Amino acid sequence: MNNLAVPVTKDNDGGSIFKFFISELKPKGKWLTPFNIISIPIILLGVVLIVIRFWKGIGSITNLTQETPWGLWIGFDVVTGVAFAGGAYVLTFMVYILKMHKYHSIVRITVLNGFLAYVFYAGALLLDLGRPWNVINPIIGNSFGTSSVLFLVAWHFLLYMIAELIEFSPAIAEWLGARRARKILSGMTIGAVIFGITLSTLHQSGLGALYLMAKDKIHPLWYSEFIPILFLVSSIFAGLSMVIFEGSISHKVFFNQISEKNHKAQNGIIQGLSKICAGTMFAYFFLQLLVFIHNKNWNLLNTTMGYWFLLEMIGFVIIPMMLFIYSYRTSNIFMIRLAAILTMVGVILNRLNVTVIGFRWNAPTHYVPSWMEIVVTMAVIFTEIWIFRWVINRMPVLRESPAWVNEEE
Amino acid sequence: MGIDRRNFMKALGITGITLAVGNSFGTPSKNKDESEIEFRGMLYDSTRCIGCRACERVCAKNHNLPEPKDELKAGVLRKTSELQRTVINNYTTSKGEVSVKKQCMHCNEPACAAACLTQAMYKTKEGPVIWRGDKCMGCRYCMVSCPFDIPKFEYHSPNPKIQKCDLCYDRVIKGQIPACAEACGDALTFGTRRELISEARKRIAENPKDYIDQIYGEDVAGGTGFLYLAPVSFKELGIDTNLQNSSYPALSKGFLYSVPSVFVLLPPLLLGIHEATKNKQPKEEENE
Repeated sequence: MNNLAVPVTKDNDGGSIFKFFISELKPKGKWLTPFNIISIPIILLGVVLIVIRFWKGIGSITNLTQETPWGLWIGFDVVTGVAFAGGAYVLTFMVYILKMHKYHSIVRITVLNGFLAYVFYAGALLLDLGRPWNVINPIIGNSFGTSSVLFLVAWHFLLYMIAELIEFSPAIAEWLGARRARKILSGMTIGAVIFGITLSTLHQSGLGALYLMAKDKIHPLWYSEFIPILFLVSSIFAGLSMVIFEGSISHKVFFNQISEKNHKAQNGIIQGLSKICAGTMFAYFFLQLLVFIHNKNWNLLNTTMGYWFLLEMIGFVIIPMMLFIYSYRTSNIFMIRLAAILTMVGVILNRLNVTVIGFRWNAPTHYVPSWMEIVVTMAVIFTEIWIFRWVINRMPVLRESPAWVNEEE
Repeated sequence: MGIDRRNFMKALGITGITLAVGNSFGTPSKNKDESEIEFRGMLYDSTRCIGCRACERVCAKNHNLPEPKDELKAGVLRKTSELQRTVINNYTTSKGEVSVKKQCMHCNEPACAAACLTQAMYKTKEGPVIWRGDKCMGCRYCMVSCPFDIPKFEYHSPNPKIQKCDLCYDRVIKGQIPACAEACGDALTFGTRRELISEARKRIAENPKDYIDQIYGEDVAGGTGFLYLAPVSFKELGIDTNLQNSSYPALSKGFLYSVPSVFVLLPPLLLGIHEATKNKQPKEEENE
């Protein structure tokens, strides 16, 4: 392995691998950016809170109760975060399986985004585990709870992280200048993609299936036996909206890394994605409608929760869907971005409605996350963005691969 | 009914979610032995309960929990907690004040055990549903799934445990009866579920005026190990009568059954599409 990893990029002036890593660890660019000024104190505060959590127990910083054992950390960090990471499986399907080469330039950043989301949000899960030292039990077989949906989800998280790492690994090899490793790793891409899509199909729906046994605890407008399918379909447009949103930010922040050609292609890509979003959102809305009629929920509409449900369905599914349709017809990029943001708000609402807001909606006192839970969540997200930025500034994610890659192909 | 769950898990194992599943389910000869052991349970007769709370005290003592000191008052709902595995509540009903005990129901097909990804929550072949700390990772999915809200979590401990009634499993395997049943006058009867149901039926038939003609636990949630007799409707006694009669693990069965099919069918389909779209590739690359 050693000779595979010998860096031959221009970053390395013949020094050792160690020196290369040290130089790469140093920050590039200015320190006192607005993002850093906001994120550093929050991350530090988050670290303090995490120490308290492991010292005094989960109850010391969260508002979780015996009746509401899963709060913001599961409902938002894990369930919502994973839905937003769905862009990776959708895009790899489009590019590697359907060969839509138009989208090739955004595959790497989407896979990186997805991979980091899984690492950090599944990592945040460890904070929520009461006995995290036993987290390897379902992996090593002490014991296999095969009748558990969570068993499936846990294994899938692990396997999917590996699959996404393989999908992303050619970029790491290019960064290190490891030619042979790159060749081997890119040969594994298609296998990882097929495996990854299968895993995603199952655990995106599996996250919904987790709540199937909580039949009496979730508001009937959000509970149905079709939660898994609804979660799967909504993960498609959740993921793609994230790609649109993240893409518009990346294109500003990392402007100098993106080639002229890819800059020009960006609008076409966004328009294409908005079509897919509109299509899947229509399917999703239609499914929700079928479930609603099937469950005979008409009488529930004229209640507070009913209005809340209508707001989610009309305000954050139908309206962004119309916006997507309208804006790709008129090629209005601003409107597409607006629609993507509305869609993301809708997905957050939907996931929180199932997991937190609609969970024990009728209890006398309802769970509301503590400020400390929110700070830890923000610290996790900011740390992820830090790593994301670190990788993009060093590896060929947005910028073109080094010249030797094209020579070899 | 316990057999159903075992078969269900076996079917999952065979269809193969993961490797090495076979090991954890034992050999066929072991299953044969298990089928001869019947689920043990408890019959609680609220018409005989005098609300003395001897069960509460002996339970706390037996499980190293603090002795309950709060007052018992009709209309004030006391809940089981991480410090109290069983509670008695008094309800003012149409037939006067009635005491009702609350603890784990020891379902035939427990949602908590089906939810547990490490089988830390475990339905023993003797009947009690137990918690095993060496396996538990503290995810609290059992608490999300349990329709009776029984598993309680020690939120203020760095090494938290799940607290719930285990029907004194350590005593049951030694041939003793659970501590609460031993301490109780005659409201609690321990025995095999089959015996308890016929005993309950006998009591209803002999004194039809004293009981409503229903055994709570016979059907609810697919049948439970704890069975309740009551003089008035269970709704009056603060018992959730909206729960379904079929088992809770059955709710996620459909999803779990679809997993192997997706795993078998989707990859070849994707590979097929990949191969089918391959031919176009050289042409498009020229265009780039």
